[in-house]
Amino acid sequence: MPPYTRVPFLQTGSLVVGNRLLAPEQRTVQADPARANAITCGHRACQGCGEALGARYALDAAMRATGGDVIAANATGCLEVFSTPYPESSWQLPWVHSLFANAPAVATGIAAALRAKGNDHTRVIGQGGDGGTVDIGFACLSGMFERGDDVLYICYDNEAYMNTGVQRSASTPPAARTATTQAVGPDPGAPFGQGKFVPLIALAHEIPYVATATIADLHDLEAKVEHAMSIRGARYIHVYVTCPLGFGVDSGDSIRIARLATETGYFPVFEGAYGDITGVTKIRRKLPIETYLKPQRRYAHLFRPRRRDEVIARLQARADRNIARFGLLETGPQGNGAGVTGADANGDALGRVDQLIEAGEIL
Amino acid sequence: MSTGELPFAITLDVGSSRANRTGSWRTEQPQYVRHQAPCGRDCPAGEDVQAWLALAEEGDYEAAWRLIVEENPMPAVMGRVCYHPCETACNRVQLDEAVGINSVERFLGDEALRCGWQLPPPAPASGKRVLVVGAGPCGLSAAYHLARLGHAVTLRDAGPRVGGMMRFGIPRYRLPREILDAEIQRILDLGVALELDTHVPDALAAMRDGGFDACLLAVGAQLAKRAYIPAGSAAKVLDALAVLHEMDRGEPPRLGRRVVVYGGGNTAMDAARTAKRLGAEEAIIVYRRNREKMPAHESELEEALQEGILVKWLTTIKRADQGRLMVERMELDASGYPQPTGELEELEADSVVLALGQDTDLSLLEGTPGIEVQDGVVTVGEDMMTGAPGIFAGGDMVPADRTVTVAVGHGKLAARHIDAWLAGRVYEPPPAAAAATFETLNTWYYTDAPQTVRPSLDAVRRSSTFDEVVLGLDAASALFEARRCMSCGNCFACDNCFGVCPDNAVIKLEPPGSYQYEVDLDYCKGCGMCARECPCGAIEMVSETI
Ligand SMILES: Cc1ncc(C[n+]2csc(CCOP(=O)(O)OP(=O)(O)O)c2C)c(N)n1
Ligand code: SF4
Ligand SMILES: [Mg+2]
Repeated sequence: MPPYTRVPFLQTGSLVVGNRLLAPEQRTVQADPARANAITCGHRACQGCGEALGARYALDAAMRATGGDVIAANATGCLEVFSTPYPESSWQLPWVHSLFANAPAVATGIAAALRAKGNDHTRVIGQGGDGGTVDIGFACLSGMFERGDDVLYICYDNEAYMNTGVQRSASTPPAARTATTQAVGPDPGAPFGQGKFVPLIALAHEIPYVATATIADLHDLEAKVEHAMSIRGARYIHVYVTCPLGFGVDSGDSIRIARLATETGYFPVFEGAYGDITGVTKIRRKLPIETYLKPQRRYAHLFRPRRRDEVIARLQARADRNIARFGLLETGPQGNGAGVTGADANGDALGRVDQLIEAGEIL
Repeated sequence: MSTGELPFAITLDVGSSRANRTGSWRTEQPQYVRHQAPCGRDCPAGEDVQAWLALAEEGDYEAAWRLIVEENPMPAVMGRVCYHPCETACNRVQLDEAVGINSVERFLGDEALRCGWQLPPPAPASGKRVLVVGAGPCGLSAAYHLARLGHAVTLRDAGPRVGGMMRFGIPRYRLPREILDAEIQRILDLGVALELDTHVPDALAAMRDGGFDACLLAVGAQLAKRAYIPAGSAAKVLDALAVLHEMDRGEPPRLGRRVVVYGGGNTAMDAARTAKRLGAEEAIIVYRRNREKMPAHESELEEALQEGILVKWLTTIKRADQGRLMVERMELDASGYPQPTGELEELEADSVVLALGQDTDLSLLEGTPGIEVQDGVVTVGEDMMTGAPGIFAGGDMVPADRTVTVAVGHGKLAARHIDAWLAGRVYEPPPAAAAATFETLNTWYYTDAPQTVRPSLDAVRRSSTFDEVVLGLDAASALFEARRCMSCGNCFACDNCFGVCPDNAVIKLEPPGSYQYEVDLDYCKGCGMCARECPCGAIEMVSETI
C-alpha cells in the first residue's frame, strides 16, 4: 500500500497543493507548472465543477505515473459532454467515448487489444459518473473486476445523474432532493434503505486495489492513483466530487463541501486490497452531519419550513456508523494533524469488512 | 472555431476546447490582494511582522533580520523587553495560540549579533545636522534612522551611559547588558556623534549654538513621582528608579530582609524582583487597586509571583516607621476607585521602595516659544513636531504608552518627518492596506502546532541571581515557531489557487516560488474556488463591470 502520511507542521504541511517549505517531490502533481492538464481550458463544465477538477487531478497523476502513456475510455455523462462538444475536445490524452453503459467494457477491450499487439507499456483507464458506474454500467464493471482485466476504473461520484438534470442514482444519499426524489409531504427526498456503496462491492471482488478519495485531499487522491498505476489487474478508485448545480451550493464551495463530507464521516476515505481494508484516512476535526447538510439546497427541506430532526438524526447515525465501521477517528494521542493512512495505521478497520459481511451489516 | 463557411455534414478535424473562451461566463473575477496582518498593524515600532516571519519561515534569517532593522535597529533588545502587542493581536490566537513572534525576533536579533551582521550603511551625506537629546530607545532609534538617511546626528545625554531606561530602568535579568551594548554600538558605528554627561538646559539655545538644522527631544520621564507618606525619621523610604539606577552602577542599595514596594506598574515589579535578588527574604508589593486594574504587564506580574513575590492588593500605606508600616485596606467603589475602609494593619518592613510613576523634566523647554504642555507631557502633531518649528519630541515625554517599543516607533517616525521637513517636504506614511481578519482566512490548511514556550530559568535559581530569566529559542524551535505564522492576508506561494481551479485558469509565474500567480481571464469562469481555498485570504472576488 502507498504509505501516504500527512506531513505535520511546516506551516501548511501537506494540506495545501504546493507548500514552498516541502521538497518539490513532496508537493502534488497539481503544483507542477508542467502538469499534463489532462482536461484543458475551455471545457463547458459549470463554474466550480468538482468532477472536472477530480478528473484532472486523477488523470494528471496517472499521466505523471506513466509518463503520459495512458488511454482513457469515458462513459456518457457530464464529464464527457462538457469536455467534447464536437469537434472540440479538452482531452490531452487518447480518449474514447462510446456509450453510457459500456465504459468498463470499452476499457477492457482496449487493454485486450494492447495485449494482442504486444504493447505492455500503455495503460488503460476507464471512467464515468456514478450513474454510468453504479447503475447502468455496473454489469460491465463487475465483469471487468471478476475477470481481472488490467484497467483502472475511476468513478467520479456526484451522487446523481447530473448531466440530464439531477435524477436519482443508486449513489444518491437518503434525504437528498433530486428531480425524481422530490421532498413532498412526508417523503424526505431520496428514500432511506435504498442505494449501494460500490467501493465495498468492488472490494468484495477481491481485486488488487480499491480506494475512495475526494477532491478535498489532493495528496491522498494522487497517492492512490499513483499506487494504482504501479500495479496491474483490475483496480477501482471512487472519488467524491461536488456538483454545485445538483447539490445546490455556491460554485466556490466545491472543495469545502467535499471536506465536510469527510470531516463529518459522511464519506469514508479508505483503501483496500484483495478484499481487506488496508488503510483509512482519519478525520482531522470531527464535525456534526448538520455542518455538511446545511449549506446544500438539496437538503434544504430538512431545515425549512420546519426542522426535521428525525431525518437529520438518521443521517447522523449513518455518518456515525461509517466512523465506527471504518475506524475514522484518531485513536492515539496523534493530535498534530498527521492523520495517517497506510498499512500501519488501519487500526480496527483492518479485516472489519469480513466480519461485517458475516454479520450481514454490509451489502 | 468557425463553422460558418463549412459545408453541411462533413467530418471536422478535432479542435481544442481552448477555442471556447469560457471567461465570458464570468460575473466576478479573482484578484490577488495584500492585506495588513494584525501583528504588523499593532506593532508600535511599525515592523512588517508577517513579512519578516515569512522570510524566517524559509530559513533566511539574515533577510528576516534585515527586514526588521528597516524599522527597528534593536531586535535582540525587542525580543526581550517588548510586551509584544503583535502576539495579542495575532489571528492564530483564535485557532490555538498566538505565534511566538517575540521569541522569533529575539532569536533573529541574537543570531545577528552572533554572526556579526551589520546595519545597512548610511545614504550619502545630506549636509544637514540634527541634534537628538536623550540616548534612550527613542533617541537611539531616531539617531539610527536619521544617520541612515544621510544626516549628521549628534546624540546628547545628561547621563554617563547610553541606553536611557533600557539601562537604568530595566534590570539585567530581563536585558543582559552585553546584548544592549552590542545593539547600541551597532547604531553608533553608523557615525553617530555621542556626547554623554552633557546636560541640555535649553533646547533652543543648544540648537542655535550647535548650528543644528533640527532637533529631537527624547529625554524620557526620569522624575520619580512622590506620594506624601508620613514617615518617622528612622524609616527607610527609597525610590524605585534610584534603586534600579544604583544597581546598574554596581552599587546595590541595602534594602534589608523585608522589603515593601509601593505601586503597581512594571517598575514596581522590577524593584520587587530586584530586592529579592539582593537577598530580601520577603518582597511585598503593596498596591491600592486590584489585579484587573494593575498597570503592570501580565507576564511581569506572573514572573514576579513565580519568584515568590507577594502582593497585597487593595492596600495603601498610611505611615512608615523604622522596621514597620501601617497599611489600610481599600475597597473599590462603584466607579472602580479605591476608597479607604479604616481597617488598619501593621506590616514589618526594613525599607519601602516607592514606584508610583514618573514625570518628565521639561525645564529644557522653558525658554522655547510655541511649546504646549498638557498633563506634564509635550504636545506633538502627527508629524511628532512640537509647537516650535524644527523641534520634535517623542518617547515618554509625549502622550503615549510608555514602553520601549513605543519609544522606538516614535524615534523612527520622528526621523522620517525630520528628514522630510529638512527637505521642505511633508512625509506621508504609506496608506495602510485593508485588515486581514481571521474571517478572511481558511484555517483548515494550517497544521496543528501549539506554541513553543520559551524555557525560563528555574524560579529558585533566578530569585538569587541576575541571570536572564527568559531564555531564547534554539534554531529549530525558532523555525518551528516562525512556521506557525499563517501569513494573514499575504500570499505565501502554497499553490492552492493554481491547483484548485477547475478551468486551469490560474497561471504560476516564473521563477518558482516568486509568490506570483496570474488569472487567465480568457478561461476563468469566476467560480471563486481559488478565493475560498486560499489559506491566507489573499484573493478577493470582485464584481465584473459590465
Ligand atoms: C442508455 C442511455 N440512457 C440514458 C442516457 C442519457 N444520459 C446521458 S448522461 C446521463 C446521466 C449521467 O449521470 P452520471 O453517470 O452520474 O454522470 P454525471 O453527469 O452525473 O457526471 C444520462 C441519463 C444515455 N446517454 N444513454
Ligand atoms: S452539472 Fe455538475 S457535474 Fe455537470 S458540469 Fe455542472 S457542476 Fe459539473
Ligand atoms: Mg453523477
